[in-house]
Amino acid sequence: MADGTLAPPAAIPRGVSAKPRSGIKQLARRRSLTAFLMCVPLLVLIGGLVLWPAIYSIYLSMLNKKMTRFVWFDNFVFLLNRPTFRDVIFQSVIFAVSAVVFKALIGFVLAHVMHNIPSRNQRIWRGLLLIPWVIPLAMSTLTWWWLFDPSYSAFNWVLNAFGFPSVPWLGVTWWARFSVILVNVWYGAPFFLIMYLAALKSVPEQLYEAATIDGAGSWAKLRYVTLPMMRNIISITVLFSLIVTFANFDIVRILTSGGPQDQTHLFSTYAFVVGIESGDIPLGAAVSLFMLPILAVFAYFILRGVSRRSKEGLG
Amino acid sequence: MTRSLTRRRALATGAGAALLPLVHVGGAHAAGSLAVGFWDHWVPQGNDVMKKQATAWAEKNKVDLQADFITGNGNKLLMTRAAEAQARTGHDMLAFQTWDIHQYADRLEPVDDVMGHLIAQYGQTNEICEYLGRIGGHWGAVPTSSGTQIKGPCGRISLLNQIAGLDVVGMYPARPEHTAAADGWTYDAMLKAMAACKKANVPFGIGLGLTVDSTDSAGALFAAFGAELVDGEGNLKVRSEPVHRLLEYAQQMVKFLPADAISYDDASNNRALISGKSALIFNPPSAWAVAKRDNPTIAADCWTFPAPRGVKGRFAPYLPFFWGVWSFSKNKSAAKDLIAYLSERAQVEERCNVVEGFDLPPFDSMLDFKIWEEVEPPKGTIYNYPLRKWHDARPTFAASWAAPDVAVQIYNRGTLPTMFAKLMTGSSIEQTMAWAESEVQGFLR
Repeated sequence: MADGTLAPPAAIPRGVSAKPRSGIKQLARRRSLTAFLMCVPLLVLIGGLVLWPAIYSIYLSMLNKKMTRFVWFDNFVFLLNRPTFRDVIFQSVIFAVSAVVFKALIGFVLAHVMHNIPSRNQRIWRGLLLIPWVIPLAMSTLTWWWLFDPSYSAFNWVLNAFGFPSVPWLGVTWWARFSVILVNVWYGAPFFLIMYLAALKSVPEQLYEAATIDGAGSWAKLRYVTLPMMRNIISITVLFSLIVTFANFDIVRILTSGGPQDQTHLFSTYAFVVGIESGDIPLGAAVSLFMLPILAVFAYFILRGVSRRSKEGLG
Repeated sequence: MTRSLTRRRALATGAGAALLPLVHVGGAHAAGSLAVGFWDHWVPQGNDVMKKQATAWAEKNKVDLQADFITGNGNKLLMTRAAEAQARTGHDMLAFQTWDIHQYADRLEPVDDVMGHLIAQYGQTNEICEYLGRIGGHWGAVPTSSGTQIKGPCGRISLLNQIAGLDVVGMYPARPEHTAAADGWTYDAMLKAMAACKKANVPFGIGLGLTVDSTDSAGALFAAFGAELVDGEGNLKVRSEPVHRLLEYAQQMVKFLPADAISYDDASNNRALISGKSALIFNPPSAWAVAKRDNPTIAADCWTFPAPRGVKGRFAPYLPFFWGVWSFSKNKSAAKDLIAYLSERAQVEERCNVVEGFDLPPFDSMLDFKIWEEVEPPKGTIYNYPLRKWHDARPTFAASWAAPDVAVQIYNRGTLPTMFAKLMTGSSIEQTMAWAESEVQGFLR
């Protein structure tokens, strides 16, 4: 890559010796070094706010409760033996997988609808559909909480007006799970929409024209043109969303605090209760790190697939 | 300008410097800067009076004071404590509550000197303050009135009288008097009242959620039945007669709770009372105070009184707050001096008056403030909010029968209300006990 090469020696004017006076200039001419120096602030930030906390939490997860002794993987083994934690794994998987699937489906459909709206109106609709994503999540979840509120739910008010009984949105296990997933889908679908819309716009129109000439219908075009062309962006979006959804905290914390009866806890909310509220920081760190290896393997395979397809595309 | 340093002046300066550390012992003139994190009171004037008192102390003692009011909402105060304990930096003095003193014992400066001084002046604190604040014979923090509360029943006078036949004002009048009717205020009587109120569509707003109000109410019930899940030595007690008897009672009780009791948070019970949908809740007078602003008719019909009696006695759900000094503080002497000053009777009473009696002093000798008699409507509505001698009641704190490192987990994970919630959703007593046993075994690791 050009950015990584040194400036050619010919660039140094003849007769100018590489004396200390010009050392700084020479250094500055090394574009790779300049690029590195410009990245240093970002690297420091990532190192300080991501890398160091991650390493520190791995270290914490291997300490005993009093944080005085190294116990290796005892905390993880202990967690796996706890029925409540096994419920947390189940709930986190249900939450993340179903939310990502629905977000991807809704985003995909909406992206197609948007793609076919005339461009002037498209901007308005695009702006409106992005609103859930740009409102701070804690604030919008509070609004949802008012709608679900156990005693004065606006949804129940409407249901009652039509003669239907009230629904215990946050008071019964599966309704509560449905509610937290619904809010996550509402919040996250615009992200998929915008990513898929960008991908759709980058599909060359000629491919569709050629497919039409070959007699392909809408379904065939979707299956043999659109989906293959969007495969990379779908993979990366799903991977990114899965990681973020597994780490979700705000929605469950605000809507249910993990209840009823711990039946909506996710890794992050349970880690908070165990680590911060109950004073067992090593166990809390172990809870929060539990999905790391699984997600890391998942990310490896998805990114490998993306990389292979990119190379094939280039070849 | 040059001034010669004479031998006499040098001696005087040296003597003065040597005496400086001793000045604090007398309780004055600490210096330097001091960062303090107070609990952000839900009554805004509560912060104002605290700031006024702290500033007056700082000016008098030439201390550069930075006072922050940290909200408990969204666990902000909890997070601040955890972060400062980990980072070993932050405020010098901070508000703590419940289990924090045990949790951060090794990072807190002992305050035996301050407590010794306060106990000598005002007498002993109650048993819960001792349990939560005194570790290994040393006080880790000073119990404070700021935020300290009892979550006893707050009932609707008219509804309880008409629907359940309970004359709560006659039972607990606003004067120092023990009544015969008070002896009849038992958990069995409460069950009957609950049944009647449920039938009249104004059920008791007792929550079975995972938040502290639910845990505190459940804790009082456990104490009244003598039920313990585990003892201080870590022996499991789930499968015991008192626990079984309590669960039998709870099996009846949950039938009369609101349908949404399982998803109650700490505001749900308040809303149930203020909106007129509930005849009684377990809560400090904050619900009444908000009703006074938002729904005065309801407020004028509220009466706060002690919890019912069980086979083991009458127990009041007590939630204490503390002020502690971090061991890494750079101005411990000033922090202790400020705590001692703010804990003096005059300051405590001034703050208590401003928040209409919500903050309960940890020293029994201060329970004679006039505010609890004067607050209205109706006059005397919170007269029985503090524990009075003739109430024949003791403060209790959920799960305090367990060792603190186990109790904190039972408390914060809502194990006690969840047991009742399980009964409400159809689990049998056996299934509930099996679940509780498994949970507590996990806490004992």
